[in-house]
Amino acid sequence: MTAVPGHRRSLLPFRLRAERRLDTPRWLPFASTGAAIAVALLLSGLLIAIIGGDPFATFEHIGTSAFGDLYVLSDTLVKATPLIFTGLACALAFRMRMWNIGAEGQLLLGAWGASAVVLSGVVPAGTSPFIYVPLMMLCGTLCGALWGGIAGWLKARFHVNEIITTLMLNYIALSWIKFWVFGPWSEGGFQMTPQFPREAWLPRLTDFAKMVPDFGGMTVHLGFVFALVAAVFVWWLLKRTRKGYEIRLIGDNPRAARYAGIDIGRNVILVMLLSGGLAGMAGMAEIGGVVHRLQDGFSPGYGFTGVVIAYLAKFNPFGVVLASILFGALILAGREIQPAGIPAMIQGIVLFCVITADALSRYRVRLVRT
Amino acid sequence: MNLELILAAGVTSGTVLLLAALGEILTERSGVINLGVEGMMFVGALAGFKVSVDTGDPWIGLVAALIAGGALAALHAIVTIGFQADQIVSGLALTLLGTGVALVLGEGLAGGMVGPRLPTITLPLLASIPVIGPVFFTDQSVLVYLGYLLVPVIGYWISHTRPGLHLRAVGEQPTAADALGVNVYRLRYAYTIAGGALAGLAGATISMVVSPGWNSTQTTSGQGWIAVGLVIFAQWSPLRALIGAYLIATIRRLTIDLQGPTDFFGIPNPFFTYQPYTFFLDMLPYALVIFIMVLGAREAIKRRVGAPAALGIPYVRGERGM
Repeated sequence: MTAVPGHRRSLLPFRLRAERRLDTPRWLPFASTGAAIAVALLLSGLLIAIIGGDPFATFEHIGTSAFGDLYVLSDTLVKATPLIFTGLACALAFRMRMWNIGAEGQLLLGAWGASAVVLSGVVPAGTSPFIYVPLMMLCGTLCGALWGGIAGWLKARFHVNEIITTLMLNYIALSWIKFWVFGPWSEGGFQMTPQFPREAWLPRLTDFAKMVPDFGGMTVHLGFVFALVAAVFVWWLLKRTRKGYEIRLIGDNPRAARYAGIDIGRNVILVMLLSGGLAGMAGMAEIGGVVHRLQDGFSPGYGFTGVVIAYLAKFNPFGVVLASILFGALILAGREIQPAGIPAMIQGIVLFCVITADALSRYRVRLVRT
Repeated sequence: MNLELILAAGVTSGTVLLLAALGEILTERSGVINLGVEGMMFVGALAGFKVSVDTGDPWIGLVAALIAGGALAALHAIVTIGFQADQIVSGLALTLLGTGVALVLGEGLAGGMVGPRLPTITLPLLASIPVIGPVFFTDQSVLVYLGYLLVPVIGYWISHTRPGLHLRAVGEQPTAADALGVNVYRLRYAYTIAGGALAGLAGATISMVVSPGWNSTQTTSGQGWIAVGLVIFAQWSPLRALIGAYLIATIRRLTIDLQGPTDFFGIPNPFFTYQPYTFFLDMLPYALVIFIMVLGAREAIKRRVGAPAALGIPYVRGERGM
């Protein structure tokens, strides 16, 4: 397991020896990710079997209920939409080794901001969706960015560990949402707000069924397009701009970045603002495109799944899109999978496998004569 | 509202944070950061409750919780010490896995079921001291006393014994420790698993002492993460962890007690008359954690104390490093 061969005499004429790789071949990351997913599926199946389930039936169920036909594929994309945003939020922050575990809270605040536009009565009912939707987006993104920015500011100004602050802010955000849906915005004492007016809904494919009949029943909404745009934006930011170069340099070697005169504190705040904003978009898209009201517990942990997705994608924005669709399928199928803990369990296993594969692919295994 | 009762309840529930934080202190002092406390706690809570109900013996339940927490930590150890994978992400994975496993295995355990109780102890002489007696030494669970005991024991172990010296060496300067013949890998494995076992025990404290029974997703509600934050605030010292744990737990407890009375000195209690305001009370402990983290960070800079130097850095023998 360690890099140095053991000192024990081997009985065989040859032994396996692990050596540190000096360079990474291009195919290796793909191979290691593929192997990680395969092992993760195997382990998950094994665990499902141990607790008395039928792994084959479970996986078949996931397959057919997520990719079976165009309509369920559309549902899968709906589930993938918030995941793409939270995955991008985590990937961007993690690239700089900022451990933003608070995408969940930033998502909740984003949803709250979008709801505030509708429910506070600032925009009168009946206003054009061309005013409603951009305003909801703006407000949702700002609220998410603010929530991320708090942790960024505490990190930059006071050197407070961002893992703890972002997590604590998650719990605070959860109570904040509960206050509004149980209190001022409650509809008749239920723990949800009234449904938003149609103008505040993100347009879905099914809304165009009059023009293209085949779209009837397809629920994929504008948020998915925004998510793809966001993926391109993050890629452009990281790979094509000076800021992106600074972010990557800080992530790879903070000491070198400091000697190069890069203001780390300012980048920390900026990245946390952007990361929070992306997560806030996830909340906005979910509220505006799917739920159409604010309610307690509308997110089944999209923010935490974003962490797993970012790792599975190795922080590549387009990989995030692919991984999100995979996890969207898992969540879609997971609604009916009992017991409720299985999706979280599978996510944990996937994450373990991915980082183990990453770590192991730093070595090459050789047969050597003794 | 009886102040002594509130403080005593704070000490009881603070034991959860204390045990988990002590475990994490041991782990981090050896140079390994394990963010999976929440997951290990969750699994420990389930194992302790389920096994003690099944066997009818709370002590076997405690052993099960120790083993469950230790087993999850062993997974973290294999992945991060053996394979040298990223410790932060492995810890997050451990939390996801632990939460999932606990929910899956806890499925169908009905709420309201209460397992066999651990004995409570009233210390004869100490209990008669005013204030301190009723708060610390009256009708407290054995696990609370275990907490009192572990703080000086672990503190002494770390600072004044030879194995403790090795522990600190492995966490600060693994290369030097290795050169002196200390087995870095073995120590890191041992302390990571020990830390996990304590986190499991902390979980059992929730499900067997603080709020007996199985409350599914409501069981840990972030206390594992609070414990991780507490370790940083405590600057890796057991005594400071004790103060922080009891303080945070008392505030948590107070937020529940504040919802009871209809008025305070004639002023109507807003948390009673308008229920949604209680959600602001729920935020309080988490906001408090952020606040003490800021205080702790400022003090740490002033006093120039920091995390163990090799914290989070995998040790690879024969490579240039720390």
